[in-house]
Amino acid sequence: MSILIDKNTRVITQGITGKTGQFHTRACREYANGAQCFVAGVNPKKAGQDFEGIPIFGSVREAKQATGANVSVIYVPPAGAAAAIWEAAEAELDLAICITEGIPVRDMIEVRDKMRKCNSKTILLGPNCPGVITPDELKIGIMPGHIHRKGTIGVVSRSGTLTYEAVAQLTELGLGQSTAVGIGGDPVNGLKHLDVLKMFNEDPGTDAVVMIGEIGGTDEETAALWAKENMTKPVVGFIAGVTAPAGKRMGHAGAIISGGKGTAAEKLEVMEACGIRVTRDPSQMGKLLKSVLK
Amino acid sequence: MKIHEYQAKELLREFGVITPRGIPCFSVEEAVKAAGELGGSVWVVKAQIHAGGRGKGGGVKVAKSVDEVRKFSSAILGMQLKTHQTGPEGQKVRRLLIEEGADIDKELYVGIVVDRATQKVCVMASSEGGMDIEEVAANTPERIHKVFVDPGAGLTDEEAASLSKDIGVPESSRSKCVAMLQSLYRAFVATDASLAEINPLILTADGNVVALDAKMNFDENALFRHPEIVALRDLDEEDPVEVEASKHDLSYISLDGNIGCLVNGAGLAMATMDTIKLFGGEPANFLDVGGGATTEKVTEAFKLMLRNPDLKAILVNIFGGIMRCDVIAAGVVEAAKQVKLGVPLVVRMKGTNEDIGRQILADSGLPIISADNMGDAAQRVVAATKGKS
Repeated sequence: MSILIDKNTRVITQGITGKTGQFHTRACREYANGAQCFVAGVNPKKAGQDFEGIPIFGSVREAKQATGANVSVIYVPPAGAAAAIWEAAEAELDLAICITEGIPVRDMIEVRDKMRKCNSKTILLGPNCPGVITPDELKIGIMPGHIHRKGTIGVVSRSGTLTYEAVAQLTELGLGQSTAVGIGGDPVNGLKHLDVLKMFNEDPGTDAVVMIGEIGGTDEETAALWAKENMTKPVVGFIAGVTAPAGKRMGHAGAIISGGKGTAAEKLEVMEACGIRVTRDPSQMGKLLKSVLK
Repeated sequence: MKIHEYQAKELLREFGVITPRGIPCFSVEEAVKAAGELGGSVWVVKAQIHAGGRGKGGGVKVAKSVDEVRKFSSAILGMQLKTHQTGPEGQKVRRLLIEEGADIDKELYVGIVVDRATQKVCVMASSEGGMDIEEVAANTPERIHKVFVDPGAGLTDEEAASLSKDIGVPESSRSKCVAMLQSLYRAFVATDASLAEINPLILTADGNVVALDAKMNFDENALFRHPEIVALRDLDEEDPVEVEASKHDLSYISLDGNIGCLVNGAGLAMATMDTIKLFGGEPANFLDVGGGATTEKVTEAFKLMLRNPDLKAILVNIFGGIMRCDVIAAGVVEAAKQVKLGVPLVVRMKGTNEDIGRQILADSGLPIISADNMGDAAQRVVAATKGKS
């Protein structure tokens, strides 16, 4: 079992004609069931053409109607990415995964507002995220597939390479993953730690969760407080940015301590108080998870 | 991106925000001339640097004669202004704002930010103007009033009126305060700001609502559609190493320690700094080389780190996913040779082609210390700094 995606998912690539979209669509097709799952691409100017056999449609709606696709992955450049998210929502896909980094915050505020007001059924993952992978079934995004292994550990994280780090440690210890989810490093985004924890809690294929956070915002605290009352599976955590100074943006648009809020120390304290085991040494994430398995 | 107070005021005036009349100046002569042009008998001489807390640091003075304008301007221009935001070395003052004096009846506060939890723009206002708003938030949170604005509707008349009332603006000035709040909100949205703060917002003796100070920051991701704001950038106010890094598409932030870090990915870069600290070292920088690091980029990254005279050692931590470890290893070797690296270098590489990468490092003849994992790498690099000093 898994969350969000599996081998039956059918995927549209928005931005399939760009260099990044092509590179990663190719890599995703080569992973597990990717060849069956990636069924369509979208570019209004290139409808009727194809990318290495994947048909290109003029809109997400047309691609959905023609192929039965239920998920899209977005590589559209920043200036048009929010509009691409909205197009996926209007086509009523189940899930839109936005990889694009550098989308203006105002655009994200507007598209999230429109999605809320129309009670959109589309779940948004990202933007500025590595995507999601259910090992041995399907990879949608830019993560290296080969470090993953099928199993029962859920992984949720705001950062890309730090997620890979955790996954590689788990795999080395013989602990496979049910699904690994990168929620992205932007301040205004779709799925939060809390949403993904809830999904893992309900997934019979997940036995324990690694939750990785970073400075900025209060999402990790919110998730920890929920987990304390509701989570039936062990959760371990790590927060990046203990050494980050206040007021400096650490690469990710969302990774900033402002107004004294969002420090790593504060997050770690709340997580520990809520029964989440945490480590200060990121090379120990895998071992810590192993230690809490029964 | 940050801009100066005088630039923020010019921008806000275009949206209808009322500010005192003022003239930016780059020399004492200009300041004296500006005082003459403004007229009146009281002027304020204000240091223009990007950091806050200028008043407490001695960068804002009220002058009651043109002689005093001259005296204060000469004292402030060129000084190293130290505030709680500049760090101990302070920031050199290169620009002044000469403003007409204001007749202050009451000092208020208004700030606009993006609220992550509600995914809306939040307008905050308080009766406690002129003070450190973070202290007000900590000690008397009930004195900060907030409105989370519906992006479709904007800041409504009712919301703005209610905020004005909450912060004690009298009936007679309320419509002026409403107009000011709505103008500020419109400016925030139209310019893709990430922060707009007026502290203090004042009620004048004759009932006007005036922005006595103004601070605006902008969303870097939106600068592509605001050439008019990019034009306001003042590179003198930024860390030269960070400016250089941005030219090479590297994300670099200077820190106080002596261990340089070169990492791919922002989260892993922070985690690497944390691990160094955990094992008793101090990181000299945050540096994310991004997903597509080339030999040129890695070389530039080494050059940036080596500008730091305190640098004692470098830790390279790469998780090769899409990016292959052998490519990075070749880049590290090339960069180390080009810059004639004189400090210990610890490299930890994990992921695609890591064995080939390690072999390249071993065959290079360079004294590179190889590490298995992040913890190991951090301990080795900390040991290397202790060995040298």
